[in-house]
Amino acid sequence: MQIETIVKRNVLIVYLIGELDEYSAEQARRKLDKRFEDANFECVIFDMSKLTFMDSTGIGLLIGRYKKLYKKNIRAYIQNPCLQVEKILRMSGLYEIMPRLSNSEVI
Amino acid sequence: MNFKNEMILKFKAKSVNESFARSAVAAFLLPLDPTLEELNDIKTAVSEAVTNCIVHAYEKGEEDIELACSIDGDTVHITVSDTGVGISDIEKARQPFFTTKPEDERSGMGFTLMETFMDNLEVLPNQPLGVIVKMSKKIGNKGG
Repeated sequence: MQIETIVKRNVLIVYLIGELDEYSAEQARRKLDKRFEDANFECVIFDMSKLTFMDSTGIGLLIGRYKKLYKKNIRAYIQNPCLQVEKILRMSGLYEIMPRLSNSEVI
Repeated sequence: MNFKNEMILKFKAKSVNESFARSAVAAFLLPLDPTLEELNDIKTAVSEAVTNCIVHAYEKGEEDIELACSIDGDTVHITVSDTGVGISDIEKARQPFFTTKPEDERSGMGFTLMETFMDNLEVLPNQPLGVIVKMSKKIGNKGG
């Protein structure tokens, strides 16, 4: 999978692109943590519009990133998941810690 | 007429094969004309079962995972088996959020997702070693 980031008005938008599973998780974790080191942003939005598949390994990864960001007092949000990803996010309760932004809130 | 078909795949317990496994099952099921949601549910369940084998069954080396899939009418049966270390307490392992590897950022959601996305899930010890995960799902449940 690929990860692209842009900063817009103090918001770091992280585009997760491709499939997030056990195979891709380790590299994704490293890339994200490296990007989060230099915290020149106030909140993070994970944009999932180009994430075509995710399993529970992705849930573990997102919770891990949430915890790291939380320690820096940085909030995290999710936007634009596809149906497959949305179902897993909802079922796992992830939205309780990383709320989903509705379309009107999308930056 | 009752449509029947079967396939068996054997592959190394490497995470690179996860995508292959779930895509192969999805392709095999296409004759049943599943909805996108049904396909996604099954792909997710297969991915979870295969991930379990890779992460937990074989800590020393990459041995084989066997993935069998059969179609009986409108029902899909999937069996994922390994010959690894096994699960000491299957009932406990099936609890939501239970994981033996929280330090690796494991969510403990694997069996819960399999159970939710499929109609039936059985987790059994393999003989002499390992785990067998059996799951099934009826395609076209919602009456289309």
